[in-house]
Amino acid sequence: MKHTPLFAAHQKLGGKLIEFGGWEMPVHYTSIMDEHQAVRKAAGLFDISHMGEVLISGPGAEAFLNQTLTNDLRKLAPGQGQYTLVCNERGGVVDDLYAYRLADQEYLLIINASRIEADTGWLDRQLASFSRRSEVKLENVSDATGAVAVQGPRVAEFINQCFPGPSNGGTTVPRVGDLKKNQIARFPWGGGDIWISRTGYTGEDGFEVVAPGQMVEAVWNQLLADGKPCGLKPAGLGARDTLRTEACYPLYGHELDENTTPIEAGLSFFVAFDKGDFVGRPILAAQKAGGTDRKLVALKMAEKSAPPRPGYAIWSTGPGATAIGAVVSGTQSPTLGAGIGLGYVPPAFAKAGTLLEIEIRGRRAAAVVVPKPFYRKPD
Amino acid sequence: MANVPLDLKYAKSHEWVRINGDVATVGITDHAQHELTDVVFVELPEVGRKIKAGDTCAVVESVKTASDIYSPLSGEITEANADVVADPALVNSEPYENGWFFRIKIANPDELKALLGPEQYKTQISGA
Repeated sequence: MKHTPLFAAHQKLGGKLIEFGGWEMPVHYTSIMDEHQAVRKAAGLFDISHMGEVLISGPGAEAFLNQTLTNDLRKLAPGQGQYTLVCNERGGVVDDLYAYRLADQEYLLIINASRIEADTGWLDRQLASFSRRSEVKLENVSDATGAVAVQGPRVAEFINQCFPGPSNGGTTVPRVGDLKKNQIARFPWGGGDIWISRTGYTGEDGFEVVAPGQMVEAVWNQLLADGKPCGLKPAGLGARDTLRTEACYPLYGHELDENTTPIEAGLSFFVAFDKGDFVGRPILAAQKAGGTDRKLVALKMAEKSAPPRPGYAIWSTGPGATAIGAVVSGTQSPTLGAGIGLGYVPPAFAKAGTLLEIEIRGRRAAAVVVPKPFYRKPD
Repeated sequence: MANVPLDLKYAKSHEWVRINGDVATVGITDHAQHELTDVVFVELPEVGRKIKAGDTCAVVESVKTASDIYSPLSGEITEANADVVADPALVNSEPYENGWFFRIKIANPDELKALLGPEQYKTQISGA
């Protein structure tokens, strides 16, 4: 299994290590509940060094990316990022990712760990047939780059102490804490440069720090030290999953895969139909106009039961009740104290308030479609 | 090292057994609850159900996974612990006391010999 630069740190902290997409990563240090609550109430620190980083630059970079990704990169000022997707010709999702404009003709893509090979292969093939390919430089820097995510309502209290400003690239800010959501900036630190964005995957305020691999451990240690008085705890992949599920953020391989479109997944907001052609546009436009056969819904267990889990069948209720779909993500929500899940059902069953059942170990338990997200951070 | 009370018997699959006459109380060990971490749901067998040693008869769910519980003995379920269903966290906080799962009227006392003693169970979990 592969190890991030923080593997020794995880062992030292007593992390329970599991295999995830070929990587040996901590699922938790104390417990998933404990770490989940820390992120919701104070702060949590995640190793996300297994994720991939791709740099794309040159005069042709914007045009290349805008025809390969679904969202409109032209909206980005230098120092800004956006959530976006890569689709194949059938509109199926190759990956969901964040695209940052670091400078005028310089972009950074942060991609899922499990999709690094698929994405870079796809991008290489797309670039090979791009007419202005001599004006685009594409570099997979995943192996040399690490990252951590620090998330929670109290992060703003210690982030500036950890990474003193001002920035020297991306958004011009005197301090990290001045970054607005989705902004990214470069800061001198530890003899080198690191990029910090105000983004995250938990539904809380927070930052993601991207650094050269050899600097990641120092970044991790500094954050742990500076965050400790505010209640910062290291948090593993288990809490990462419960947090993102409560926020209704998709996880590739669950809500998204190569046979699922962003429209089915409820992500039309991140598909820019007015920017010109991009891979998958015709099918996605047809789905946007004419509808899809299935829609992603948020489900909450309506009776005391075991939580929904990926793969469990979703049933309609009443006479003629039948299996209509399946759960793709599910867990016991630490914040709601109930089972929650995401699943695909025909559009007729997708309205909030619809009563459905989830088959759990041969018995069907009552569930209700609820609006997304399950959790929204307090203002 | 996990707590392994000396007055109990144990199954390799991490259930404990407390014998009182011909009734056995069954739960999961401190080692097991520590491995699971936060228990969020417990599904227990119906009272009156007849089971054989080794049958799956209960399910314990943590945040991440569902785990089967195997009956250490054959017999009839006489009681299922409503407290642990109402408050699954008892499995973590009191695995040997209020976090018990069910009681069986023992059909075959010879089966007790196949269970592990505390020292044997300790050996098993320290090797794990």
